[in-house]
Amino acid sequence: MRDFAEAFATALRLLAERDPALVEIVALSLRVSLAALACACAAGIPLGAVLGAVRFPGRGALRVLVNALLGLPPVVVGLLVYLLLSRSGPLGGLGLLFTPAAMVIAQALLVAPIVTALAASTVEALAEEYGDQLRSLGAGRWRMLPTLVLEGRAQLFIAVLAGLGRALGEVGAVILVGGNIAHATRVMTTAIALETSRGDLALALALGMLLIGVSVLLNGGAYALRQASLRHV
Amino acid sequence: MFEPAPPILPLALERVSLRAPAGDRWLVEDVSARLVPGRLTVLLGPNGAGKTLTLRLCHGLVAPTSGRVRWLGPGAAGGPARRQAMVFQRPVLLRRSVAANVAWPLRLRGLPRGARRRRVDAALAATGLAERARHAARRLSVGEQQRVALARAWALEPEVLFLDEPTSALDPGATAAVETLVRAIAAEGATVVLTTHDLAQAHRLAEEVWFMHGGRLLEQADAAEFFDRPRSAEAHAFLKGELLW
Repeated sequence: MRDFAEAFATALRLLAERDPALVEIVALSLRVSLAALACACAAGIPLGAVLGAVRFPGRGALRVLVNALLGLPPVVVGLLVYLLLSRSGPLGGLGLLFTPAAMVIAQALLVAPIVTALAASTVEALAEEYGDQLRSLGAGRWRMLPTLVLEGRAQLFIAVLAGLGRALGEVGAVILVGGNIAHATRVMTTAIALETSRGDLALALALGMLLIGVSVLLNGGAYALRQASLRHV
Repeated sequence: MFEPAPPILPLALERVSLRAPAGDRWLVEDVSARLVPGRLTVLLGPNGAGKTLTLRLCHGLVAPTSGRVRWLGPGAAGGPARRQAMVFQRPVLLRRSVAANVAWPLRLRGLPRGARRRRVDAALAATGLAERARHAARRLSVGEQQRVALARAWALEPEVLFLDEPTSALDPGATAAVETLVRAIAAEGATVVLTTHDLAQAHRLAEEVWFMHGGRLLEQADAAEFFDRPRSAEAHAFLKGELLW
């Protein structure tokens, strides 16, 4: 119990001091996770829309695969990206290992299945409801996709938030491909892991509370955005 | 003004049949009919008669298992789909404003902005929805939503307008409003085909009746003649208000 009280005090003190090391860690966390989320959405929403509304051979298998990837262990993704980016790997020449870019790649791979799977089920339900009417009005299967995505924006918000949660809270992948290097690739989750293993539980807990706080703030902002986008519909 | 486009009508159904997805029975069986321009045609029959499916077959939303659906007019060569519109039993509107809903298919057809706006305004004025233009379409009452669906179809200036039980979910006031609109659209020159199981509505609107039962088209007749002297025993029973199986 003393740990919690101490952690709380530590968290408040760090916040009050705007500790530069802390600010750096929080900023990098946000940058990496938001960039990964943006990449995952740019790929996952169109792909999910196609999987949800267009019939083509192999569609069922692809959906099973995407759903299976929902439970992908972050360390495994981290390992795969590590192998790809390491000096002797196929993409080793890029020199990305142990940089924030490598962390963005790994997290994007983790988030993409979530966004894709949720977008697919959202668009599939909407295609069921709207398909005949939109076809009657002259839209082909492909042309109706952007309209269906727009119609599903409320549900897609949830998909995006779920993806953000996965990215922000994930440690296994970023610690492998980022290396938890101070002032370079240290983010909130890897800092928590480090401080815990070093025995500074109060600092670890303080960082944990900060992480939850950041997550609440982001979700609050997203919720406000969602409400605004639905005000007139 | 533009030359009026050559018509896509008449429409011929030639021994059209549709099997149930499970393949165990016929939903529409051996229907042959001809839809001619300028008459308000009512597809009449009890629930499950195959009226809606026949309408969808005509509109091209479903392909027949056997038989053919052919548009015979000279305009059909240019693609008959964009010269028709359909209003569904339950209005399906987008989560946007009323005006944006009416404009959506017009934009799809590449109508330039100015022309689009004029058509949207005209359709909304004609359906009494001008004041609702900026309202969220899905927040309207069902009756108003069905009028938006009609306005959207009307704005396409279709040669043929299919209406699938357009008033079955509406109260008498909203039904009367929709029927008035249907007459106005027909008076403007569109050929209207409407399904209903409501005998009174058929009486009010029909110029020609296609009577269906059990997936078959039992009669295709002038409305007055059908109501006075139905030829089939099933139509007789239906007109007398006896339940049909």
